[in-house]
Amino acid sequence: MQPMVRVHSKTAVIPSSNIDTDQIIPARFLTTTTKEGLGKQLFADWRYRADGSPNPDFALNRPEARGAGVLVAGRNFGCGSSREHAPWALLDYGFRAVISTEIADIFRGNSLKNGLLPIVVDDATATWLLGNPGAEVDIDIEATLLTLPTGVSVPFPLEAFARHCLLNGIDELGFLRGKLAEIERYEGARYAGALP
Amino acid sequence: MTARTLFDKVWAAHEVVAETPDTPAVLYIDLHLIHEVTSPQAFSMLKTLNLPVRRPDRTLATMDHSTPTSTEQVFGNVPIKVDAAAKQVRQLEQNAAEFGVELFGMRDSRRGIVHVISPELGATQPGMTIVCGDSHTSTHGAFGALAFGIGTTEVGHVFATQSLLQRKPKTFAVNVEGRLRTGVTAKDLILAVIGKIGVSGGTGHVFEYRGSAIRALSMDERMTVCNMSIEAGARAGMIAPDEVTFAYLKGRPRAPAAADWDAAVARWRNLASDPDAAFDAAVDIDASTVEPMITYGTNPGMVLAIGSSIPIRAGDEVLDKALRYMGFHGGEAMLGKPVDVVFIGSCTNGRLADLQAAAHILQGRKVAPGVRLLIVPGSQEVKREAEAAGYADIFKAAGADWRESGCSMCLGMNGDTVGAGQYSISTSNRNFEGRQGVGARTLLVSPFTAAASAVRGRITDPRELL
Repeated sequence: MQPMVRVHSKTAVIPSSNIDTDQIIPARFLTTTTKEGLGKQLFADWRYRADGSPNPDFALNRPEARGAGVLVAGRNFGCGSSREHAPWALLDYGFRAVISTEIADIFRGNSLKNGLLPIVVDDATATWLLGNPGAEVDIDIEATLLTLPTGVSVPFPLEAFARHCLLNGIDELGFLRGKLAEIERYEGARYAGALP
Repeated sequence: MTARTLFDKVWAAHEVVAETPDTPAVLYIDLHLIHEVTSPQAFSMLKTLNLPVRRPDRTLATMDHSTPTSTEQVFGNVPIKVDAAAKQVRQLEQNAAEFGVELFGMRDSRRGIVHVISPELGATQPGMTIVCGDSHTSTHGAFGALAFGIGTTEVGHVFATQSLLQRKPKTFAVNVEGRLRTGVTAKDLILAVIGKIGVSGGTGHVFEYRGSAIRALSMDERMTVCNMSIEAGARAGMIAPDEVTFAYLKGRPRAPAAADWDAAVARWRNLASDPDAAFDAAVDIDASTVEPMITYGTNPGMVLAIGSSIPIRAGDEVLDKALRYMGFHGGEAMLGKPVDVVFIGSCTNGRLADLQAAAHILQGRKVAPGVRLLIVPGSQEVKREAEAAGYADIFKAAGADWRESGCSMCLGMNGDTVGAGQYSISTSNRNFEGRQGVGARTLLVSPFTAAASAVRGRITDPRELL
């Protein structure tokens, strides 16, 4: 993974709350066996009309959303299915961070492992962001600070190890494989090789 | 020693390395279940890094999500209609062979939905850690296992190390006292819990379902409850193992046998939360007040008692958006609304007890004209049992379509779909927009309510037909 220190980008806003991973990428696109190219299916059922043409009313199809690297969404983003295709699709589309007042557990974990930054903010910050699509925001991962164009900076929670991995471009698997001696010792002590 | 919860005990027993402020815990995984949809990219990662599956003996593969349920496509000479699904199935066959992972393939008599087959084999056991690239892995918590869904990157981590990096979640007691009334099922109970807690109320927590109403449930019913923990935001939901659990597991192919059985039961008895154990959060539910439940919106928290009317909340944009999608209006009664499709199956309600409930209603009755009733067993074993018990004959006589096992119409990726704008009364777990097909409108209910609504062709209180 590439180190990720800062995201500076304008926002796109999808104000709906409880956006589930079936909306982010519908199940019929999960028959893929690779991670690539899922961006064109991102939010497929909201983004395209039945004939396949872009739905002009959908937030990401509006001119001001072009080039946005930060997605601002309503409460409880990413709930539902554990499909990692959801962060893969968001990244492939061009998003580097998602901001909401609440982000579902499995989606948050999947995102961090792929370099998509899940940011939880307070209601006042969310309300401002939801009301100002296209705002240029700055995300400092080292300082865990989100800065709005108004100059207001708000801290956001980021698990220490995930932050370390993002900043240094560390793949968690490398760290985990570094614990193999402990894992073997544990197995020897507890199971002696057989299922309990 | 401090009093500990069931979760605390299972977590502590699997901590290879404890968490610190800077690093998550290394958590050992006893059983890794995999399927065709969320494993291909993890196998690709192993190939790229030239790594083996470290513990194939703790890994079990099946295919369920993208597999067809029509007998011709599963057992006949008709190829799988969806090309990409066929490719996924072939890829899992190749990966399982290459990495030495046991696979219950398309025509295997032990195949089925991953969360149905592992318990019925006795592979799911109390006190285990169990993961799968599927959010409904919470199902296995019914046995007192810590079981949760993971993403594909984590599937790769478990392949390579049999472990995961995890922060310890908080605990949440869901206390359910009293008795469910006739016609009210475990599905209604968990829908009522989700309605009370909300779809994100359990985020960051592991549920423990406790109380007399939970202890009175069968294993099939407990699995229905734990299955939908994720619909309240909780990655896992657990129930302390008891005599019901032990009776279910005894004699199953992969359960401990002979002297090992007694030792295992003795160990499992110690798993229950200590009497004074503290939880980070709690909610109390009175089972005797739970009604048959039905969803009216586009997430499982938008749920009400079947005899109620859709809420009216001026200015609630979330509600308005959901009702527009569903074609409903605030103030309308749910009872009597017309139905196009009825689906009975899924990892939530595809077990024998669920099919028995459906058969009880459908016995001697017919599906209403114009309604499609699809009944899909959760596994090939459930299929054989339902056929032996005569349920399949009841279903076919009623005019239902009786299929091979799989996830089927729970999610529209295997050819079984609901049409745009159609109303689907479904025993599955998610009523998200488009979940059962583009534009499909899903209403989540129990098997009783689904069967009764199929007979009447309208949303029906099942107690009228019991």
